[in-house]
Amino acid sequence: MVSTIFISVGVLFNLFGCIGLIRLPDVYNRLQSATKCVTLGTCSILVGVAFHFGLIDAGVKALIAIPLLFFSATVAAHALVRGAYHAGIKMGDKSVKDDYKDAVK
Amino acid sequence: MRYLALFILSFVFWMLLTFDLSVANLVAGGAAALVTSLLFTKYFFHKVVKFIQPVRYFWFLVYLVIFTWECIKANFDVAYRVLHPAMPIKPGIVKVKLELKSDFARAMLANSITMTPGTISVDIIDDVLYVHWIYVSSEDPEIYSRKIAGKFEKYIKKIFE
Repeated sequence: MVSTIFISVGVLFNLFGCIGLIRLPDVYNRLQSATKCVTLGTCSILVGVAFHFGLIDAGVKALIAIPLLFFSATVAAHALVRGAYHAGIKMGDKSVKDDYKDAVK
Repeated sequence: MRYLALFILSFVFWMLLTFDLSVANLVAGGAAALVTSLLFTKYFFHKVVKFIQPVRYFWFLVYLVIFTWECIKANFDVAYRVLHPAMPIKPGIVKVKLELKSDFARAMLANSITMTPGTISVDIIDDVLYVHWIYVSSEDPEIYSRKIAGKFEKYIKKIFE
């Protein structure tokens, strides 16, 4: 029962992340939704799997996957944002502030 | 000492990941951990003494609870912005002054910032962290530095420094 709730919440957040990926205006904002919603959604699914199996091998592996996913998602987001900026991709029209521009030059 | 610490860490990680106590697996894990520790120790902590100070683990647990809470808040925040018909976003890149000195603590802070409401860390140049923020709510560097990094900085300082 608990596992069903966790997995449902996870799937829901993954869906929100994907909607954000389509709706938001530029690459930077899209990465926001792609990293946050999708990482927590997937972590929630993994916690659900751990509850379902208990502390046997499948459950423990699911829990171990959480820090791996966490670190790879954050590092990938950082690398993509930085790479996109250095490749000269402009920020969307709604942007209000850009302190990084002066630092790069 | 540093080699040994990383060896033990990677070996425990291998054992948890494979979850199998047969001799063949122990040997394979030992070999993998040995290669890992030989290759990557130069990127590891400089003072491994920190591993046997219990107070750091206590602060790590406190940090974990706060972090999880922030993470959940972040998700509802982004979900709200994504689903709202008018999309209330006001993105921008802001500067945050760093008080942490060691590389590992900084990396940890940057990771935490990436996972919290509407922010992704872009780059660190000298002592300044550049953060992409989905909703720039204030113009004052003091206020937004505290808003973005303040919550985690003090705990990470207690854990790693």
